Amino acid sequence: MPDNVNGGGIPANFRAKEPPFRVVKRAELPFKKLVIFYAISILVAAFIGGVFIALNGVNPFAYFKEVFSGCFRSGVAFRGLVRIIVPLLMVSLGVILAFKMKYWNIGAEGQLIMGAVFATWASRSFPGLPTPIMLIVMAAAGIIGGGLWGLITAFFKCRFNTNETLFTLMLNYVAFYIVDYLRNGPWQADPGFPGIGRLAANSRLPQLFRLDISWIVAIALLFFIYVYLNYTKQGYEISVVGDSISTARYAGMNVNRIIRRTMFMSAGICGLAGMLKVSGAVSNYTLDTGIAAGVGFTAISVAWLAKLNPFGVFVVSFLFGVLEKGCSVAESTFHLSAAVTEILQGLILFTILGSDFFIRYKLQRTAGRRKLGEHNN
Amino acid sequence: MNTIINFLFAAVKNGAPLLLGTTGEIITEKSGSLNLGVEGIMALGAFAGYYAAYRTGSLIMAILAAFIVGALAGLIFAFLTVTLQANQNVTGLTLTIFGSGVALFFGEILIKQRPKLSAALNNLLSGTEIPLLSRIPVLGRILFSQNILVYLAIIIAVLAGVYLKYTRIGLKVRAVGENPAAADASGINVSLTRYVNAMLGGGICGIGGAYLSLINGRGDWDNNSVSGQGWISVALVIFARWSPFGALLGSLVFGAFYVFQIRVNDIVATFPFLSFLSGIPNAFYSMLPFVITALVLVISSVKRKKIGVQPSSCGVNYYREDR
Amino acid sequence: MTETVNAKGSVPKYAIELKGITKRFGTVVANNNIDLSVKRGEILALLGENGSGKTTLMNMLSGIYHPDSGSVFIDGKRVVINSPEDAKKLGIGMIHQHFKLVDVLTAADNILMGAKEHGIFLTRKRFEKVREVCKKYGLNVDMEKYVYNMSVSEKQALEIAKVLYYGASILILDEPTAVLTPQETKHLFEILRSMRDQGCAIVIITHKLNEVLEISDRVTILRKGESVATVETRNTNAEELTELMVGRKVSLEIERPQVKVGQNLLHVHHLTIENSDGVEVIKDVSFDLNEGEILGVAGIAGSGQKELCEAIAGLHPIKKGAILYKDENIERKTPRELINLGISMSFIPEDRLGMGLAASLDITDNMMLKNYTKGRSPFVDRKSAAETAKRIVKELDIVTPSINTPVRRLSGGNVQKVLLGREIDGNPKVLITAYPVRGLDINSSYTIYNLLNKQKKNGAGILFIGEDLDVMLELCDRIMVLCQGRVSGIVKASEVTKEQLGLMMTRLNESEVEKNAG
Repeated sequence: MPDNVNGGGIPANFRAKEPPFRVVKRAELPFKKLVIFYAISILVAAFIGGVFIALNGVNPFAYFKEVFSGCFRSGVAFRGLVRIIVPLLMVSLGVILAFKMKYWNIGAEGQLIMGAVFATWASRSFPGLPTPIMLIVMAAAGIIGGGLWGLITAFFKCRFNTNETLFTLMLNYVAFYIVDYLRNGPWQADPGFPGIGRLAANSRLPQLFRLDISWIVAIALLFFIYVYLNYTKQGYEISVVGDSISTARYAGMNVNRIIRRTMFMSAGICGLAGMLKVSGAVSNYTLDTGIAAGVGFTAISVAWLAKLNPFGVFVVSFLFGVLEKGCSVAESTFHLSAAVTEILQGLILFTILGSDFFIRYKLQRTAGRRKLGEHNN
Repeated sequence: MNTIINFLFAAVKNGAPLLLGTTGEIITEKSGSLNLGVEGIMALGAFAGYYAAYRTGSLIMAILAAFIVGALAGLIFAFLTVTLQANQNVTGLTLTIFGSGVALFFGEILIKQRPKLSAALNNLLSGTEIPLLSRIPVLGRILFSQNILVYLAIIIAVLAGVYLKYTRIGLKVRAVGENPAAADASGINVSLTRYVNAMLGGGICGIGGAYLSLINGRGDWDNNSVSGQGWISVALVIFARWSPFGALLGSLVFGAFYVFQIRVNDIVATFPFLSFLSGIPNAFYSMLPFVITALVLVISSVKRKKIGVQPSSCGVNYYREDR
Repeated sequence: MTETVNAKGSVPKYAIELKGITKRFGTVVANNNIDLSVKRGEILALLGENGSGKTTLMNMLSGIYHPDSGSVFIDGKRVVINSPEDAKKLGIGMIHQHFKLVDVLTAADNILMGAKEHGIFLTRKRFEKVREVCKKYGLNVDMEKYVYNMSVSEKQALEIAKVLYYGASILILDEPTAVLTPQETKHLFEILRSMRDQGCAIVIITHKLNEVLEISDRVTILRKGESVATVETRNTNAEELTELMVGRKVSLEIERPQVKVGQNLLHVHHLTIENSDGVEVIKDVSFDLNEGEILGVAGIAGSGQKELCEAIAGLHPIKKGAILYKDENIERKTPRELINLGISMSFIPEDRLGMGLAASLDITDNMMLKNYTKGRSPFVDRKSAAETAKRIVKELDIVTPSINTPVRRLSGGNVQKVLLGREIDGNPKVLITAYPVRGLDINSSYTIYNLLNKQKKNGAGILFIGEDLDVMLELCDRIMVLCQGRVSGIVKASEVTKEQLGLMMTRLNESEVEKNAG
């Protein structure tokens, strides 16, 4: 134990160093500068990605060109692109509702699954209904199924401050295994091998332009969310709660009720996406464990990149969709694994996360190093 | 009796990679970083470990490679969250996506080479009986006749537990994870602590990934060796109540659930009174660990427990001049 | 034993010397060209009202803040203190008002977590080592107790033990007796005296004059970010200190319209409130607020004003007592119900963007914070909110690019103008406003006073919590003085002097004044 009770003073070799830079919070940046930062980030990501691709013996410019053109060169390709974008868009819209309240809903995956489960249950339980009614019932079931799955976590968060990140994460797995159970058990269609049978004809989404109509729902949802968040009282409440809970209370808001309601909506939208998936052609009209396929997690990245803005979500989902579709097309052309999609997605996210720092803070030069004994008179 | 012994043996063997993943994540979380990228890190470790083993034939190189790769991933996480103050949830998830993608990319290239591990290495990995100890009835078979990576996992877990609970450095780590402002005021370098432990934790997770590709693949390269075990490890952290010692037991339990659903028929055959168990669907056993973990989460928060819960500052970035 | 190296080759006169220290936070100047010095073997009291800059100044010694300009000398040597670690190396130990302790660790571990000792493992011996330190200085801390099980005074003892363990010879204590009983305070002072006699330099930040007179050797008084004076304690008395602390009365010519006081609006009855740490901050307080009057609340910040405001607005639970609004009990009402009754609260905290405003939303959206629920439509009415916003921006001369600018982008006083403007615009029956003109320029301040007077003439009852005694003496009809959570007195503003208010704020009654003067 140091003994300097007699006024020890400074050791002779004490060096006082000022770091050359100090991190200081920045004042707001105008929108134009923000866009420039993001553009630079994406270019950096593209550059690193390009280097990586080049190192694998493929011309990066040719590769990127193929990625983009591959999505639009035919009706088939474009429809494939839309099929990727639609669920991603919907789930991301659901996720931003929760994130706007700073409620970290990592359970979109499970909420989608539960929506699909409830929708399938509805289809199986009311076989005689005419298609339009059936679909509406299923949609309602999907929303309720997903919504309840998210509401559980909100209830415990509000009441006992249970960590929502971990709880929603756990429920993802429970949902996954519920489907596993159903396909091996009560809903098993063919006694020979596991699998839930296809939905009856009345439970399948009709098609428009050779795509099931889920894209219409997605677009409608986009506008709905935009209006909801920006023009309604409830949307206003969400923004206040997300800004500061104490301000929300001060304003007389019932914060717990708002959190529960919003979480139900957020999860419900994911559930609706699940219903649309299971009623759609892509899933072959059947519920299986792969119904979500990681969309719930990708959506979180999308929501974040889009800065929780609904139209931003549209742009980013589109971009990610192009990457996914494009890289799988490019795979057959260049024989480069489609895993490049995830690599590029990751790079974009990393660079944007990094640039966020420079948007919020700046480096301020200090006077520099100073040795003990030097006076600044 | 044999059935039980074989069952427990398999449980330990299956729990070992989880033990590694969990221990690594516990270290990371105890220092205040919630790294949801474990799945990606284990994927990277699986590839790096296998590739190193394949090219050098040395197990040590494999473990080293997996550790380094995992530590690098941890470094990326730390750099983004500690220095650049990025949101931890999003950063971790990105790491999962990115890490899995990179591992998959190189994995697919590797598959084309149809790699096989050397016979010597395969032999080593198939099992190493510890002299004397393996002769103990029951335990000798369960614990001391495992493969070398199981022993490594157990040693790492025990060391990690001692590190966190009984060392001076571990005390600082815990302080940083609970109350970085207080740690900072005490002169602890919060940033450095988070960096080091995120890297250490990531490295251990990487070894966990290597376990999966080296052991479960039985010499061949399986591109999908990880498939979810990273996420299970994240859950196991909660179940283990953020203690590596708890992880020892927890990984055994989770491993047991997995083995159980595979062997339920054998077990029922041996113990007819358990025949009701064969009616329970497999999915239930897979689900149970997560359900129990969710219950642990809820009960801890209801009871407002102070010990054995997530470190108070885990998931929250620290910035000193926050006013 | 380390050697003190000094350019002049002699023992330095001052342990701490601050020269020309200036620190800004945005546009707020917290410290303005302050000089300060503390000798070894002396206790310096740092006296000043809230907002005078005491804590900011000391935080620069503890490595949490960095001065924008000026220099720091320790034992005659110029130093730069970049972090708490540097401060520790220099032997500086600060006991903060808000404890920096880790709840789930034991007392011993909280002390040891900063240790640079060798030895890998934590042994049981560690409890003994720290116990020795405590015994040496007479501190009573249970080393094996977890902090979350400790009382407030135990935690403070732990903080002191922590600092002493690391051999701090320069001690800074920030309002240490706020949480102590008189007995514990006495004990603390014994410890401080013994440390001083052993050669330590001690700075004690306080607003309690009786303690200043009891324990300190010299006193430095800060006012509004500047150093006003430094005096020898034995040469001064309570009145002089009060006068230095509050300053001379300045004539501001604020209007005080004569309004006939109407019926009783608020009756606060023996109210006791605990803060979040479990400390009683309002003790047995009773007062009335009537229509057509402004009741000022004076008192050193931290006397419970914040909790009082929040309790009346329904945002903070009360421990004992009752609050009546027009003879109706309102303690259990929700904030929304209270808003609907016409009780409005605007509290300007030190960082201004506290609870009253949503920082990331724009002015328009902040305008409708309390009345957005109006009407049956599910949509918010931004149009009328925008009109209100435009009107208030014009009326109060708010400097902003537009009404769609996020509030956090506004500078200093403009933020609180938005807040006040909104509250006043709602024509509340009861208006509780705390520190409304904090940091505002003269013109804006007068605009606020005029608005308040207008509300008063309309029959509102206004509870005005303020820092500036001059303002309150002219603006308020009556003034209630709080000291350490209790009511020192409720007086008519026209019949009381500034010095009397100052004395009431530091709760020295006649006999104590005589004792100290003699």
